[in-house]
Amino acid sequence: MHNCQDCTILNHWHPISAIEDATTENSATRLLGEDLVYRYCETDRAVVCLADLPDKPLPTLCNHGYIWTCLGTPSGPLFDLPEFYEADRRNVCAASVGVNVSAPRAVENFLDMGHFPFVHTGILGEQPHTEVREYDVKVTADEREVIATRCRFYQPQAAAGAEGGMLVEYIYRVPHPYCAVLYKSCPDDETRLDVIALFVQAMDEERVRAHALVSVIDQNSTDLSIRMFQQTIFAQDKPILENQIPKRLPLDPRAETPIRADKSAINYRRWLSMQSISYGVIAAAV
Amino acid sequence: MDLDTLQLRWHPIASIRDLVPRHVFHAQILGRELAVWRADDGNINAWENRCLHRGVRLSIGVNDGHELVCQYHGWRYANRTAGCTYIPAHPADAPARSICNITYPAVKHRGFVWSGEQPQGSPPELPELAGESLTLRPIPVNAPFALLIDYLQRDAQCLPLKTQQQIQAIQKNDLAISYTVNDQCFLVCLLQPVDSNRTVLRGSVPEAILKGNQTELLHHFNHAFNRIRNAAEKQAARQGPLPAFVAPIKPVAEHLASMPVKGDDNRRAALRVTVQSIETIASDIKAITLMPVEQPIPTFHPGAHIDLHLPNGLIRQYSLTNSPGQTDRLVLAVKRDPASSGGSSHIHEHLKVGDLLATSEPRNNFPLRRDALKTKLIAGGIGITPLINMAQALAHLKQQFELHYFVQNASQIAFKSILDELGHQSTLHINLDVEQTEAQLIALFSNYEPATHNYVCGPAPMLDAARRIAKQQQWPDMALHIEYFKNTRPRDLEQAFEVSLARSGLTLQVPAGKTLLSVLRENGVPVPSSCEQGACGTCKVAVLAGQPQHQDVFLSDTEHAQGDCLMSCVSRSLSPSLTLDI
Repeated sequence: MHNCQDCTILNHWHPISAIEDATTENSATRLLGEDLVYRYCETDRAVVCLADLPDKPLPTLCNHGYIWTCLGTPSGPLFDLPEFYEADRRNVCAASVGVNVSAPRAVENFLDMGHFPFVHTGILGEQPHTEVREYDVKVTADEREVIATRCRFYQPQAAAGAEGGMLVEYIYRVPHPYCAVLYKSCPDDETRLDVIALFVQAMDEERVRAHALVSVIDQNSTDLSIRMFQQTIFAQDKPILENQIPKRLPLDPRAETPIRADKSAINYRRWLSMQSISYGVIAAAV
Repeated sequence: MDLDTLQLRWHPIASIRDLVPRHVFHAQILGRELAVWRADDGNINAWENRCLHRGVRLSIGVNDGHELVCQYHGWRYANRTAGCTYIPAHPADAPARSICNITYPAVKHRGFVWSGEQPQGSPPELPELAGESLTLRPIPVNAPFALLIDYLQRDAQCLPLKTQQQIQAIQKNDLAISYTVNDQCFLVCLLQPVDSNRTVLRGSVPEAILKGNQTELLHHFNHAFNRIRNAAEKQAARQGPLPAFVAPIKPVAEHLASMPVKGDDNRRAALRVTVQSIETIASDIKAITLMPVEQPIPTFHPGAHIDLHLPNGLIRQYSLTNSPGQTDRLVLAVKRDPASSGGSSHIHEHLKVGDLLATSEPRNNFPLRRDALKTKLIAGGIGITPLINMAQALAHLKQQFELHYFVQNASQIAFKSILDELGHQSTLHINLDVEQTEAQLIALFSNYEPATHNYVCGPAPMLDAARRIAKQQQWPDMALHIEYFKNTRPRDLEQAFEVSLARSGLTLQVPAGKTLLSVLRENGVPVPSSCEQGACGTCKVAVLAGQPQHQDVFLSDTEHAQGDCLMSCVSRSLSPSLTLDI
């Protein structure tokens, strides 16, 4: 009997650690209300078990820089992230930050541009450039992802390597209830897109570890400066997310007040409802 | 005592001194969190501690003296009404007036701020604390209030004074105890039930007891309260916790739950107001202050106007000239029009203090963007009225702006003291002829730079000139905002046409001699309206198909050319039929 009763979530892959942070010694973590231990070595890759059942390994994947596991029966492969595997990319596992909030609240914050001038002041946004321009959102035909395109926002310093303000174009992808991927114009190469992915590990319904993968075309920044940039952003989000009431994401449309700028959040909430996700959310009354 | 009863009571939620200027205080009663803040005008606000947008606590927001600003997306909520005044993500739109936070009553009494879910009557009188009583440091206690009151009642001796005399504990109600020695009250204890298992112990010492060194007294009671806390917490731990109080979060109004349509307007019943004061502020200009009779004034934003229903049956539009944060009244400035057909002349000659009037709720078709790098406010004569409020709002936000005020002579300058405060940001242009005025306008509309916005209000010839000059100077339409008081252009009522209403599923005929608005109303399709002459923009309707014959002065040339909306009070059709999004 699992702590999490949501079969869709139980059968998904969930991140538990950056591969580079794992050692051959057992480390402890938590996923969906259960204690896990895990270790990693080059030969037998990752081993993950429930802390109570150390002899029964859970399924594992080592993809996109992270160790993933599944408490139920994997319902399919992990979503694709082809950019990660391009030869000239800098891939940095930039941050794993504990936040006292539900996984869907963290994802929704990642999709939100309106908070940039107020929370990431001087970096991802700056007053008075507060307008969220019209953008497009859709759920893909196979209902597997939410995609927001044509997202544009004025940013004073869009990335670790960026200098000076510019109107930055974003694409957002939500390929997993607790993961989101952001593509944005690359300051070094205008034909390609930088990628920042958020992989949220739901420790329980109201506590997460937010993992950030940065995959960029950037020959100049050091790993350290990329990490510092991403950790600054996460540190700015954390106190806001921890002051959201309720901590679980309310799916009832009347629980909060959406505006046009919140189109991606509205579609994300509908998409969670469509899949009958119940873990980390407050389901709408039927 | 059950939760229902407690919800009808007043509870102390803070010491008055907790509400320091420009601070937001986090309070809680009966499981409900409150954001408590004092505005610069002294009004105390006790609100649900949640921004309506994404649920972020408002107690981490910013109190700017007039408004509370949410940390997450910068939504601004007005002092007193708690109505949302600005949504930075959509700078060109005035927020729906009905986006309004949940408020709770808050009163100052005997050194404390009192509030409650639905408190009846007034807070307990506590005559012992009349005068300059000393409010003690509150002590949070992890124990139910019933246990604590019982403890305070039984163990009165736990508050030893340096006296051998018998202390009497007189229970005033379930949450208050007064302690006396020889019939002299020396301490009142009040309990604030934060939730079912947590209580704040508050105390106040009557003025008569306060002699000499208060430090010793404070030290003494602080020590006593902490002893009570230790004892009560031990006992509470032995008893185990009670079920938690649940403070349900009210859902937002249904029409707010879906994404708002651009320019959504929810018109509600008219307000009743009384004339509080009439003051001459310039030659032929009177400032009228109107106070609400029953319900408070709904939230409004810089640029808003009302429809004033005059006793002689006329309805006139006036801009609100309130200063920022002045949310409890409506302030107008009315110029006597020599050609008055009974509106301004009635106000100047017959209106008197105490008169009862009806007005519409404030409405805004001339909203102020606050994402501009530079704003120029250009007023001609009485056209200063919507702009003076904008100027003060921008000054308060420390944004860059210029106010240009054109008047015929110095006696016509209104709002002198505000202009003085604005200092170098305001420029007066006195007694210019048409050519000189146009030269100034050319200067104001030259060298457009991105994120600059010009707002113009004044007599029709000046506005027409501004529009023409802006076009000549290639000033973009989206950076020009004009408010006409009147539509003086000739209008045609001859052309008959057909309208299909996409949402209502109706097809109606508009005959010659009748307006589209009146035909819609006759057929039960409600459309809000105000000036009914194509100047104010209230009756704007989206056009899905067909080519409108506009005839209004509200829309810009670009908007006229796009043809995707019309003013139902004056617009007709150039094509045989129109399809409207209503």
